[in-house]
Amino acid sequence: MIPVFLKTDVLLWLLVLAVIVYAVHVRRSPHLLVPWRRVSRSASGLSALTVLLVFIAIGVLDSFHYRPALEKTDEKGQTVYAVESVSLLDAILEPIRVHRERTYSAPLATRAYAKETIEITEADGKLRQVREFPRLIWGGAHLKNEDDGTADIFSRALAGLASGLAAWCILAWALAAWRGRAAGRAAKEEWRAIWRAETATPWWAVLLTAGALLAIFGMTSALCTHYHVLGTEKVGQDVLYLVLKSIRTALVIGTVTTLVLLPFAITLGIMAGYFRGWIDDLIQYIYTTISSVPSVLLIAAAVLLMQVYLDRHPELYPTSAQRADLRLLFLCIILGATSWTGLARLLRGEALKLRELEFIQAAQAFGARDAHIIGRHILPNVMHIVLISLVLEFSSLVLAEAVLSYVGVGVDPTMNSFGTMINAARLEMSREPVVWWILLAAFVFMFALVLSANLFADAVRDAFDPRVRVGGLARV
Amino acid sequence: MIAYIVRRAFYSIPILIGVNLLTFLLFFVVNTPDDMARIQLGVRRVTAEAVEKWKAEHGYDKPRFYNDRAKGFDRLTDTIFYEKSLRLFVFDFGNSDDGRSIRHEIVTRMWPSLSLQVPVFALGLLAYVSFALLMAFFRATYLDFAGVVLCVAMMSISALFYVIGGQYLFSKVWQLVPISGYAGGLDAWKFLILPAAIGLLAGTGANARWYRTVFLEEMSKDYVRTARAKGLAEAVVMFKHVLKNGMIPILTGVVVVIPTLFMGSLIQESFFGIPGLGSYTLDAINSQDFSIVRSMVFLGSVLYILGLLMTDISYTLADPRVRFS
Repeated sequence: MIPVFLKTDVLLWLLVLAVIVYAVHVRRSPHLLVPWRRVSRSASGLSALTVLLVFIAIGVLDSFHYRPALEKTDEKGQTVYAVESVSLLDAILEPIRVHRERTYSAPLATRAYAKETIEITEADGKLRQVREFPRLIWGGAHLKNEDDGTADIFSRALAGLASGLAAWCILAWALAAWRGRAAGRAAKEEWRAIWRAETATPWWAVLLTAGALLAIFGMTSALCTHYHVLGTEKVGQDVLYLVLKSIRTALVIGTVTTLVLLPFAITLGIMAGYFRGWIDDLIQYIYTTISSVPSVLLIAAAVLLMQVYLDRHPELYPTSAQRADLRLLFLCIILGATSWTGLARLLRGEALKLRELEFIQAAQAFGARDAHIIGRHILPNVMHIVLISLVLEFSSLVLAEAVLSYVGVGVDPTMNSFGTMINAARLEMSREPVVWWILLAAFVFMFALVLSANLFADAVRDAFDPRVRVGGLARV
Repeated sequence: MIAYIVRRAFYSIPILIGVNLLTFLLFFVVNTPDDMARIQLGVRRVTAEAVEKWKAEHGYDKPRFYNDRAKGFDRLTDTIFYEKSLRLFVFDFGNSDDGRSIRHEIVTRMWPSLSLQVPVFALGLLAYVSFALLMAFFRATYLDFAGVVLCVAMMSISALFYVIGGQYLFSKVWQLVPISGYAGGLDAWKFLILPAAIGLLAGTGANARWYRTVFLEEMSKDYVRTARAKGLAEAVVMFKHVLKNGMIPILTGVVVVIPTLFMGSLIQESFFGIPGLGSYTLDAINSQDFSIVRSMVFLGSVLYILGLLMTDISYTLADPRVRFS
């Protein structure tokens, strides 16, 4: 196989790497460890983080792309590689990716959702055309007698549930043993302490969330090889596959955009607050101007222009997957370039306050250069604001992607995303009978992602916001 | 006071010029009129003559800033910058690509937009403030906790789902209101009631939670303790003191959106077929009509700047501590 490096893949890996570096840095700096410990005391924050980590794992797996080797070889006997690149996630989801039906089918169905004209051979050997719901190509195809379907689904689901719970037991016991060793007690005692919520970190919340996730995972993976757990869409693609692929798009939009926004917001915001005078006037002028343009319209205008640019430069993307990827990257850049103003305004205010404090004045009196003061003294003291607004921004970006795709200025129509799914499903709601499962799948996954991001953001904000700590106000 | 308002109004002039330059930069420098013509005529297989003809028909066949073929003052006025950008300042939006007057469209389409947005705004403020005050009143109880959980859950749902779900339930399953459409005059309520209710619901999570923190912040202040210490009932403290003082940041925070209510809502209007400015903008984006998008960008910015101005004024009215200096 040949690895394929899409631009957003590389950025996503870099981000994961940056988070790891940051985590190592936090372990070494006590002043950062304290607020993060506080995050780890929050039960809702931790269970949200558990869900988020699962989403991130799926997204990262979906960000290793390669071109698989084909069975056949060319004339010279060399291996031929597929034109289309697939990801590691595709390889894992191989069964549900290739099991395509002809068109819509309901979740766990064995027959199609609409009647078709099919030919059947009657007992006397004559061919007759009838209109009925045809059997699916893959969904429940292993069943000899179709009436066994419900029983088969139940037994498979139960088996899956059992294996999921077994995996959870192993995980839970391993956690108890590990934490117990750190606390110097037996795994059994630690186990009891966890469930009585006597541990400093509320591991019970993590275990409950992980239990629910593993149960769902067990049941889904037991069923998905022989059924379409979330049904199929218009061209017969499994909906479960589509939602899992959409996660990466949402993650890229939520994280790469913040990567674009940070340099603008940090440098301009701090510079405006620190230098004041004409620099402040100029920077304030720039961000007031940008923020006064309605953001959807500014994004729409920029995306329309980006489309023109892409149409004019086909040499930038050899394949359609790379075109979709480039468009996603441009969308992140546009979103970042239009949404840095809020954070810049916050940072300016904070830098204005900080520059009057004694330690900054002392540094100035010692003759430290401005760049040094900003880098060593101001930046570390505004990082909590940056962190809080980054996690808050994430969920709003994921939500924005859906709306932008609906407006027609979102990701490439060929790219899997929650927005394109909702956009397609919207018309299916007016069909008779209603095709409801695509919308439901998009809703559940998007809700889980955004809700856990929001809960985690709340935990981070409560832990890092000094106002909360001093006044004890949000805990009222 | 008047001198202060006039001075604030003068501050907004450079911002307007900046917006104008920004839109000009985006629409005419980053991408040239040739590109626009190619989009409209189809990207490939388009002759140079067809592009020139399209440009001449829509008035894009002029130099950008300086016309050296014209005489006298026309050298500056017979250019794209003057014709297409500077004229926006007097709200002369020109014609859309299908030849209709954009200003006429805006004037007629603004009423449906307003008739949806104004009720949502007014009722929304009332509902969110009541809900937030209720949560603040029952602070640190399970009721408050449930309220906050509800808010976080509601703000985690995409606005699209509210619209799709509401339309499906109320219009299709229960058939209480028409699915989409619009009628002039008083008959409009049938078409507006569902989008308004959905708009209200979609905003609940974020707004009620924000107002709750505002009220809680007020409640931790000294004057509230004093009010309680002198024996006032909790209800009196809440309504007479906390509500009144909490409304200062809330009102000054929402004033900025009042002028932009004109622009309508992209999602609501397109889903419910309301012929307002939101659906106008959305149609323009989908048909890639740059002259409409440009006009709406400028109009939106003017209204936002008006909102900033109103925020400044409302600060001075609401909070006597702010001085006019």
